Amino acid sequence: MRKFVAERARNLITTRLSLSSSSAAPPRRHPVLPRFFTSAQPGPPPSDSMSPSADSPSPAVTLDTINPKVLKCEYAVRGEIVTLAQQLQQELLAKPGSHPFDEILYCNIGNPQSLAQQPITFFREVLALCDHPAILDRSETQGLFSADAIERAWQILDQIPGRATGAYSHSQGVKGLRDTIAAGIEARDGYPADPDDIFLTDGASPAVHMMMQLLIRSEKDGILCPIPQYPLYSASIALHGGTLVPYYLDEAAGWGLEPSELKRQLEAAKAKGISVRALVVINPGNPTGQVLSEDNQRDIVEFCKKERLVLLADEVYQENVYVPDKKFHSFKKISRSMGFGEKDISLVSFQSVSKGYYGECGKRGGYMEVTGFSPEIREQIYKVASVNLCSNISGQILASLVMNPPKVGDESYESYSAEKDDILSSLARRAKTLEDALNSLEGVTCNKAEGAMYLFPRLHFPEKAIKAAEAAKTAPDAFYARRLLDATGIVVVPGSGFGQVHGTWHFRCTILPQEDKIPAVVSRLTEFHKGFMDEFRD
Amino acid sequence: MSPKALDHDSINENVKRAQYAVRGELYLRASELQKEGKKIIFTNVGNPQALGQRPLTFPRQVIALCQAPFLLDDPNVGLIFPADAIARAKHYLSLTSGAGLGAYSDSRGIPGVRKEVAEFIQRRDGYPTDPELIYLTDGASKGILVPVPQYPLYSAAISLYGGSFVPYYLEETANWGLDINNLRQSVAQARSKGITARAMVIINPGNPTGQCLSEANLKEIIRFCHQENLVLLGDEVYQQNIYQDERPFLSSRKVLMDMGQPISKELQLISFHTVSKGYWGECGQRGGYFEMTNIPPETVDEIYKVASISLSPNIAGQIFVGLMVSPPRPGDISYEGFVRESKGILESLRRRAQLMTDGFNSCRNVVCNFTEGAMYSFPQIRLPPKAIEAAKRAGKVPDVFYCLKLLEATGISTVPGSGFGQKEGVFHMRTTILPAEEEMPEIMGSFKKFNDEFMEQYDDHRGYSRM
Repeated sequence: MRKFVAERARNLITTRLSLSSSSAAPPRRHPVLPRFFTSAQPGPPPSDSMSPSADSPSPAVTLDTINPKVLKCEYAVRGEIVTLAQQLQQELLAKPGSHPFDEILYCNIGNPQSLAQQPITFFREVLALCDHPAILDRSETQGLFSADAIERAWQILDQIPGRATGAYSHSQGVKGLRDTIAAGIEARDGYPADPDDIFLTDGASPAVHMMMQLLIRSEKDGILCPIPQYPLYSASIALHGGTLVPYYLDEAAGWGLEPSELKRQLEAAKAKGISVRALVVINPGNPTGQVLSEDNQRDIVEFCKKERLVLLADEVYQENVYVPDKKFHSFKKISRSMGFGEKDISLVSFQSVSKGYYGECGKRGGYMEVTGFSPEIREQIYKVASVNLCSNISGQILASLVMNPPKVGDESYESYSAEKDDILSSLARRAKTLEDALNSLEGVTCNKAEGAMYLFPRLHFPEKAIKAAEAAKTAPDAFYARRLLDATGIVVVPGSGFGQVHGTWHFRCTILPQEDKIPAVVSRLTEFHKGFMDEFRD
Repeated sequence: MSPKALDHDSINENVKRAQYAVRGELYLRASELQKEGKKIIFTNVGNPQALGQRPLTFPRQVIALCQAPFLLDDPNVGLIFPADAIARAKHYLSLTSGAGLGAYSDSRGIPGVRKEVAEFIQRRDGYPTDPELIYLTDGASKGILVPVPQYPLYSAAISLYGGSFVPYYLEETANWGLDINNLRQSVAQARSKGITARAMVIINPGNPTGQCLSEANLKEIIRFCHQENLVLLGDEVYQQNIYQDERPFLSSRKVLMDMGQPISKELQLISFHTVSKGYWGECGQRGGYFEMTNIPPETVDEIYKVASISLSPNIAGQIFVGLMVSPPRPGDISYEGFVRESKGILESLRRRAQLMTDGFNSCRNVVCNFTEGAMYSFPQIRLPPKAIEAAKRAGKVPDVFYCLKLLEATGISTVPGSGFGQKEGVFHMRTTILPAEEEMPEIMGSFKKFNDEFMEQYDDHRGYSRM
């Protein structure tokens, strides 16, 4: 087994090295194939291209000897194209005018505050006071901070033993903060939430990893994932040695989900001897931006209940809904409204402080709410959480603020509300502007961004373009993305990083560039695309 | 109830096997008692600020300003923040390119902070290091040769990832020193079982054992790893916590570089540090870093890839790392206050280390090595046969039995030695040296009273559990 795995790892390296472009950039992984969800097929035996030099003893840690699951996993959001962009950025700094654009525009990652989105003032006031409680007693503090921020900081500090924000907390997070979050969930859904079901984590990602760790025993364990998906899931499944079982969202139907597709993929996996353990749903969707209809959600819940799958609900974009005819409903709410309780469905819901209108990616705050598991399994989840001791306290506090923001009548309510509405309405406008711009391009169709932070246009390439990409040993969407970067400085992520129906090509672009930069993005993109089509039109 | 999707039979075996005693049975029982209203003294985890250690003022001022940069625009900000904290906040905010605490940074950490760490390492060791080989982390760390006793993160992590834990025993009678023959034996034994040791962990200063490795020991270890083709993982998170003068902290990297080529260019080393310990005690920030030496570039790339999946460590934690490696300098407004606070903490820790060691050693059935460094005391408790039998009847490992009784009687929550590993038939208990200095006499008195009564109950003067 070890020999087989090491050989596959060598094969992957050989394949990768031969595919990497001949640019000056150091060889980086280039996801040409949707590698993360092909099943483990051994390749042709590799030539012995990776043996170390005969002179020095082979070092203990080399590509040959590290965990092959690490080699297998990919994360395109910070992949090759981003590395190239950073290089170009350095070149621009060193030699202004060396490229046909003034600046790199990072549209690859949902990182709002890196593009000048401002944090919510009230949240930061409370966090600052909790970081430095010594100033709470000073009279000057009243002049620098709003009264309700001061009050909230006191409340929070009273919930932390010894008011010690520098101490490790309970491994699930500070109890009082979990109480607040549970109350917030209940207010949102209309169904009770238990603070002991909450596990506060450094963002949603560690919580996802924890669940994959628990669920995956071997590559015979499969996890159903939407295609396209946010590549945390494929990476995590690969790292934990499991198998990603894809279910395809329907682009022609607004990225909707067909229950029959779920069933079909489940059966196909079973036929291959895979034990499917869980179903991942991202709602609102990333990269696809759809907000699921309630009917769809009910279908999913029924399916998971019937097939005894753990429902992993990524709900980090719950505050990002831009269309009046759709609303976010948590899967917990949907399940409870169908009369399903703890005994009926195992459900994990992920939330984060990184998205919404707060966009606090750098704080690393989030939680998972875990319901419908036996006490024994709950113990195991706790145990895994405890090895890491706890998530960062400031992030925990922020999660509680997000789930319990200022209310009508609070001193900060109006300014908070104005900041929030400002950000959300701006996001909605940018989503629409970019969507319209993309749809106006020749050979491009783009579904509406009903929610989340992304657009995922489909590129219908002329045959000439496909051939040119082949000649450059790159996938067509990566070829396009590279050309786009070189011509305009705009960084997007090729669709292959997220998975797509074979033979279709996309890229993911965020809606996050500052509103006053959007016209420039649109015009540069439009101009580039025209040039591209002129060059490759059949 | 219909069978669940995830149940005992279908959960990952590695998870079931993993154990992490620091927050295990004793801690859960202590939490229960606390809920019932009993006063508990938590000495189970190195969590200084939970036991009254105050955070250092300067870093908290800087972070608060970074948290709320709009304060910097307020003309009154100077009324409650000193000028150097204001300047330093602006410095770190500029290193984030203005995005502040709210944006993901580079997955390896903010370049400017990594540079500060490199400068610190150079000042500390006298050898230059490359910021590109320093990755900031979220404080957490992740067959591995591990010292026994060891901080059970290693065994738990190894378990979780399905690896094999290969123990090497430290010599209690030689002040928890390392005998290289023990190491060779462990590797050979593992090999005979078909396990190839891949890495070796050293914890210096040691947790739970507190010993500071001598230069000779470090050289031996480095040579051994080089010979056996092991990656050396140097857990150096307690490097600031040194309570004696004979063996100051020596970084593994410094010793490696001192040894010159070829070994200095071949031995693979990863060194870990954190803001959770030292005199900082900022456990809740989750800030730390690791530094790589002689790791091949393609492997560094893979590590970068894995780091990028988690996007980035929390920014505030990264800034804490920067502040730790570049504290206030002489002449800075906050310098004197900072020195006063940090010296105060370190000197108090030194006194508490001595107090606890002496207190334990004054009990006839307890032998305790001096805490040379780190934050723990790890006394050996000799248990009489009757106590061991009573433990068996109660279905508990003897040191768990003892520690539970201690908890119930005194509220002192410790971690039984079995959580860290120990030789067969030898029992220990780990406590921290962190309770407030003024509470120490009472705590030690409480312990002694309990221990005397325990021995009264179970001792029949026929002999102890182990020499």
